[in-house]
Amino acid sequence: MIEYDTVIGIEIHCQLASQKKIFCQSENAFGNSPNYHIDPTCTGLPGALPVLNPKCVSLALRLALATDSAIAPRSSFDRKNYFYPDNPKGYQITQFRTPFCSEGKITLKSGKKIRIQRIQLEEDAGKSIHVGDASLLDYNRSGVGLIEIVSHPDISSPEEAIEYLKIIHNLVVHLEISDGNMEQGNFRADANVSIKPKGSPILGNRVEIKNVNSFKYLEKAVQYEVQRQARVLSEGQPIVQETRGFDSDKNETFSQRTKEDAQDYRYFPEPDLPDLLISEEWISSVKESMPELPQIRSLRYQDKYDLPVYDADLIASWKEGSQYFDNLLSRVSPQVTPKIVSNFYMAEILKIVKISQENKGTQEITEVPYPLDWAATILLETQKGKITGRLAKEVLDLSFEKNQDPKIIIQEKGFTVLDDPQAIEKVIIEITLKHSSEVKAYQEGKEKLFGFFVGQVMKVTAGKADPKVVNDILKKVLLGK
Amino acid sequence: MNSMKISQIQKMFSENPDLMTGFYENIFKNIESQNPEYNSITHVYPDIVKKRIEELSQIKNPQDYPLYGVPIVIKENIQKKNYSVQCASKILEGYLGQYDSTAVSSLEKSGAIIIGTANMDEFAMGSSNEYSIHGPVHNPFDKKRVSGGSSGGSAVSCALGFASVTLGSDTGGSVRQPAAFCGIYGYKPTYGRVSRYGLVAYGSSLDQISPFTTSVDDLDTVMKVIGQTDPKDATTLLHNYQGKKACDLAQIKVGIMPSLWSKGVDKSIVESINKTIEQMKKLGVTIKNIDIPTIHKCISTYYIIASAEASSNLARFDGVRYGYREENSQSIQELYTKSRSKGFGKEVKKRIMLGTFTLSQGHYDAFYEKGQQVRNYLKKEIAKAWDDVDFILLPTTPTLPFSIGEKCEDTLFMYLNDLFTVPANLTGIPAISCPMIEGDKETDLPIGLQFYAPYNEDEKLIGFAHALEQKQLFGHHRSDVFMNQGGL
Repeated sequence: MIEYDTVIGIEIHCQLASQKKIFCQSENAFGNSPNYHIDPTCTGLPGALPVLNPKCVSLALRLALATDSAIAPRSSFDRKNYFYPDNPKGYQITQFRTPFCSEGKITLKSGKKIRIQRIQLEEDAGKSIHVGDASLLDYNRSGVGLIEIVSHPDISSPEEAIEYLKIIHNLVVHLEISDGNMEQGNFRADANVSIKPKGSPILGNRVEIKNVNSFKYLEKAVQYEVQRQARVLSEGQPIVQETRGFDSDKNETFSQRTKEDAQDYRYFPEPDLPDLLISEEWISSVKESMPELPQIRSLRYQDKYDLPVYDADLIASWKEGSQYFDNLLSRVSPQVTPKIVSNFYMAEILKIVKISQENKGTQEITEVPYPLDWAATILLETQKGKITGRLAKEVLDLSFEKNQDPKIIIQEKGFTVLDDPQAIEKVIIEITLKHSSEVKAYQEGKEKLFGFFVGQVMKVTAGKADPKVVNDILKKVLLGK
Repeated sequence: MNSMKISQIQKMFSENPDLMTGFYENIFKNIESQNPEYNSITHVYPDIVKKRIEELSQIKNPQDYPLYGVPIVIKENIQKKNYSVQCASKILEGYLGQYDSTAVSSLEKSGAIIIGTANMDEFAMGSSNEYSIHGPVHNPFDKKRVSGGSSGGSAVSCALGFASVTLGSDTGGSVRQPAAFCGIYGYKPTYGRVSRYGLVAYGSSLDQISPFTTSVDDLDTVMKVIGQTDPKDATTLLHNYQGKKACDLAQIKVGIMPSLWSKGVDKSIVESINKTIEQMKKLGVTIKNIDIPTIHKCISTYYIIASAEASSNLARFDGVRYGYREENSQSIQELYTKSRSKGFGKEVKKRIMLGTFTLSQGHYDAFYEKGQQVRNYLKKEIAKAWDDVDFILLPTTPTLPFSIGEKCEDTLFMYLNDLFTVPANLTGIPAISCPMIEGDKETDLPIGLQFYAPYNEDEKLIGFAHALEQKQLFGHHRSDVFMNQGGL
């Protein structure tokens, strides 16, 4: 059996989250009635012209900076000509000859670098909707800004492919370049897969896997494709250069179009748009206004708040979550320490998020589903000693479940801390009377039993007793002072 | 007696807006009676014009509107909302403008009245205005002859006095050549001087909306209105047309290339030009021989680039969203093929095929890329000429207006008719065609004289043409042709 190297390159199309489309003044918005966000330019009416929206360039520049890419001071646009009903002008405006950005890189966990060949600006197409015999066209998406991110064929396994994709996805979401919603088609990836005998410098024929709309399926498609190619080669057959789709029911790729059917796009320079000039000033202003990257944020958590690497990475990895954490921390500082907020966030808040995801049946959650004020209340009340840590969890769960202010819950449920020394002493004395043999054992040196007594007090007071007061009084009583 | 000159019309109506109604009734009457013979107008809009007159009558300070009440006709490829933008093609039959082009809104903001649309070669492809779904346009000097093209309808409408100003589009000479054939001024501004927003694109890197007038002053006035930077067209220049510059003819040096027109140019054209050159010398203008060798490569370069861009620009006419659609189609491919095969005329299809070929894989470098190189080379050559001269003088056309039907099938002849006009489009420089005072001796047909100026020197060029006009070098007016111009 010959061993093979897997060679994978990835092309990502990612919609830019600009307010307006890339070459016209229509809104870039999802979910309105069909053909609502349109104008002469993005529907290809006669005589309409494109004008570049600089906001799209600024967003795209964030990714160029985050991937340590070379930014071209002068780049240009080209027309890619093809006929399709959702392509109203008969051509797509893209950057074929000179993309604005090239030769970037990202680093995988293993330390391996994946090089990015180019990032180019272009426009999205509309949507064809097939209803029975009819085909309907919606141009709301037509002309929405896209970046196409093309990797070098540096990826050598399906796992690396998914890691690469997730890193890029994280970047575009954290940097607020894109909503990155795969279900809505904001973020689409195609994979070029080939195999070659281990160590051979000659690349095999590549197969492009297109139109796969989740990371999971893409991983499966690439896995299948690698095996299929090895099988074809072992049977002495050549690999056909082609485009393949993925059947998620069968977990198989299938042929869509061979190279012979490949279109000639007749690229040529877009005469309606002058060259795109990107100045140093423009790049600096993008740098200054750029949202924080997860890695940078994690470092900030470690340096400024002294959080452990595990905490810092976990909190920083989700953009909305880390914003929530930042806001919560600033609300409860300095009374509550960062580590307590971090524990609370990781254990309690993320638990709520997970429940929400399960309830909604989706991973796509764009905000923490629990009011910041309420979380701050719970932390502060705990800190003041109004409720115990154990009660805090219960209050939070109830408050989330009932969607009710934790203050009300604390009042109504009598969740306030029992910190009256006399009442606590009364409870303790009753317990020592009941457990006289344990008292004796304790007094004879079995100090471990202290915990037992605390547990009993908590049991009797339903966890409301202030642990500090309990400790003080319990010591006195047990030692007979 | 009234005239169609802008300044006089503007003055007359701003002093007395009530005169507009009668004046416009008269215009529409003239069009109704004369248009069947010339076929220069495709649609008129008397009802819209009526409303427009009412609107203009309400204006409190009409004297501040430089085109107050001035009648204008636009080529049928320039958008005005609810006006035909058929581009003389079956594929856009019945299609009306969905929005206003920037040129039209600028004109209207200045008080102009757009009365109708003009005939043209289909999608502005042609040099005789014979390739039109509306039929050929007839030359006002001899109805058996062509008007020139592709903006023939606009040229004839201006010459016949249907409007003070008419707009055409000039991609390779489509305004200057018919201006020469019809005895009027045709001006192609510097590329980017006038917004192309709303002009149906033919060759995007060459197209310019360009006016026809019967005087240089009118050209100057209309350029002040439409020669403005436009945020909707990223290729417009950053500053606006400032108005013609004063010109001292004794300080001017003009470059000529007699060897270029010694062959293949009608004798009478050469004679008229030489006569005008002598007059210019008498006025103190210095004449110098220059050489621009690459000019011989211009026609092939032009047809490669223009056709390539056209093949892409015309892809949107696919029968899907608007325009002609072949309903009996089983697949989207069939719908495309049938709609486009039937919707486009022969000349347009020829250029789409040519352009598709030159852009295709394996041919791009040999054709389109090479064409762009020639273009850059030509730019450098012409730029060098400006070290020695202020303007370059050329005939506008190598021939007099030919007979309708005579050259229809002679593609090479037609393409060569653009020989002297395309270099200005390829290099983006401004160029004007002026009607020389003496036409052809035998037929009295008009002859155009053309000047090029450096890039961005529109004001200087118009100032120069104005100075020559003042010295009576231009204006081949014949009362029977220009009867409406002076005799309303």
